[in-house]
Amino acid sequence: MKRYRSHILVCGGTACESQESREMIGKFEDELKKTGYSEEVQVVKTGCFGFCEKGPIVKIHPDHVFYVEVKPEDIEEIVKEHIIKGRIVQRLLYEEPTLEKKIEEQEKISFYHKQLRIALRNCGFINPENIEEYIAENGYLALGKVLTEMTPEEVIQTVKDSGLRGRGGGGFPTGYKWELTYRNKNDVKFIICNADEGDPGAFMDRSILEGDPHSVLEAMAIAGYAIGAEKGYIYIRAEYPLAIQRLNIAIEQAREYGFLGEKIFNSDFNFDIELKYGAGAFVCGEETALINSVEGGRGEPNAKPPFPAESGLWDKPTSVNNVETFANIPQIILKGPAWFSRVGTEGSKGTKVFALAGKVNNVGLVEVPMGITLREIIYDIGGGIRDNKKFKAVQTGGPSGGCIPEEYLDTHIDYETLKEIGSMMGSGGMIVMDEDNCMVNISKFYLEFTEDESCGKCTPCRIGNKRLHEILTRITNGRGTEEDLENLKSLGEMVKESSLCGLGQSSPNPVLSTMKYFAEEYHEHVVNKKCPAGVCSMGKKKATTIPKK
Amino acid sequence: MPEELRVKGKNNNEKPIPKEHYEELERYIDSLPSLEGRLIQVLHRAQDIFGYLPRDVQLFIARRLGLAGAKVNGVVTFYTYFTEEPRGEYVINICTGTACFVKGGNKLLEEFENKLKVSVGDTTEDRKFTLKDVRCVGACGLAPLVVINDKVYGRVKPEEVEGILSEYRQEVLQ
Repeated sequence: MKRYRSHILVCGGTACESQESREMIGKFEDELKKTGYSEEVQVVKTGCFGFCEKGPIVKIHPDHVFYVEVKPEDIEEIVKEHIIKGRIVQRLLYEEPTLEKKIEEQEKISFYHKQLRIALRNCGFINPENIEEYIAENGYLALGKVLTEMTPEEVIQTVKDSGLRGRGGGGFPTGYKWELTYRNKNDVKFIICNADEGDPGAFMDRSILEGDPHSVLEAMAIAGYAIGAEKGYIYIRAEYPLAIQRLNIAIEQAREYGFLGEKIFNSDFNFDIELKYGAGAFVCGEETALINSVEGGRGEPNAKPPFPAESGLWDKPTSVNNVETFANIPQIILKGPAWFSRVGTEGSKGTKVFALAGKVNNVGLVEVPMGITLREIIYDIGGGIRDNKKFKAVQTGGPSGGCIPEEYLDTHIDYETLKEIGSMMGSGGMIVMDEDNCMVNISKFYLEFTEDESCGKCTPCRIGNKRLHEILTRITNGRGTEEDLENLKSLGEMVKESSLCGLGQSSPNPVLSTMKYFAEEYHEHVVNKKCPAGVCSMGKKKATTIPKK
Repeated sequence: MPEELRVKGKNNNEKPIPKEHYEELERYIDSLPSLEGRLIQVLHRAQDIFGYLPRDVQLFIARRLGLAGAKVNGVVTFYTYFTEEPRGEYVINICTGTACFVKGGNKLLEEFENKLKVSVGDTTEDRKFTLKDVRCVGACGLAPLVVINDKVYGRVKPEEVEGILSEYRQEVLQ
């Protein structure tokens, strides 16, 4: 195997690729060839570094030097100065705004300092299109250990002991889900990976699939062994072409190396994975709707029970787990449940990946231990609010979650605490809002979303969300009444209680939470016909709504 | 319905669907190991081949997969990714995810609507542009963003819309 003295890591995530990072890889290679260094230095396209705000990112190993906002015209200088002469290109380093100091190493940047990377461990580190790089980082070692040293019961017990809970939003303990599926005896069972990341503003699953696809494949095979399934499906959004491409490459390579297919690691275990494409329906994130969609039909949810663990895909026992949940599994197997459960809070173990976006300085993907405070995420990692504006709210959990005001910024977040303050973990979208955002308008935005995405099967969700949206439109147009406020609240609670699936059961959360924490803003709209943030038209001109499709 | 109308679709001025497209789809369906549960997969492929899913293509698929036409149409209309209308040469996707919304994605959308004189979901008369909204591209660091065919435009301001469009309009003239 060839050895290189140095590696140039170039981010190949969606955000960086759309800023010419692909062209930059070719330019680096040309420049190295021209200067005669292509035998000594290798250019590697990696997955997402997470620091999307400052992309495209280029990192030089083994020096750990981290260059930000690199452009194709900077490449010649990086090669000539850094690679050849060993001098760091100061102007491309990240400057910490609070310290007004340039920082060379990735770990010392405050954006990374409080992060703990388990699910994202390989993102921005290995080349996701080369299985050997994954293997070099102990890849497929956990699968080998499971197949040669452990019984399915031991695997399930390990996952149960780790305390891992579903990262897709529900937070159901993963080990129990596997156990339930394991206990339902059947010759045919299925594993499904839910990669239908529909929450607008969340992109953690995509980044994992783009940056470390093998970790998900390995975990699915482990899950297959644990529950007794020989076939896995990854249900992925058709809107993620890069992730699809990398998964296809990864599956092909895994088959070639014998990690998928028959008699894996010379055991009796056979497992293979197939991709299924979503077609743009938010409700398909709900597991029974997802299963209907995998079967090729309309993605409408079913009433539970029966749960998929009993009767899922083609009526066979099925375990549906999220991408990020899977990405944790190989590490739990290798390092043990105690290692994993040391991190986190009483009821929520491990880490959570959040897609931090909106009005913060450092937009990006962050992985933090459960129990961290919102303030630490927004101010220490996120670098605070953009343009020195005033913080107003942070929205977690997407269209199913709520808006959290400043007074709760010191809450130690986990599945339970977020629920207590009227929001939820959800898949991990975290949108920061400042004084220029109108909370009534934001809840109208979410209701417009849920009205559009409601599958129409059950009445409370189909009609209730439409009415909620109509009332909010009236209020933002300056035609709202105090009765409207009462109706919003009682109707919202009714929709929550009587809807069939998680979509309707949580869709009023944005309205109810903003009504609770920002009551005075609603009051201003209704009584004084004013929008304090100056966003709503209040009937003066055309409303700033996103028109229907 | 008379044969020639079915082939032309609902607007008589449209070009007939080439036979080769049907043959390509047929070859794809024949290559599948089994037909059970393949409807969405086949629809994806059909939309790649035909560019959209007109009534006749849906009925063709229904017959080939042994399904009711209503079932196929039910699936096509359920998912936003599938379209029954032909799209323009350039599909403009405006991200309306939350991160883009809080940074003014809706104003961007309005600007595109005004400049193109179409509403979201529609295609310009010359069939050059289709304006669509998309629910999050997942590149929130570049919010608000616009994707035209495969090209991503990040941190777009409403005043830049005309410039972006003129890139494509000029290409059309050339």
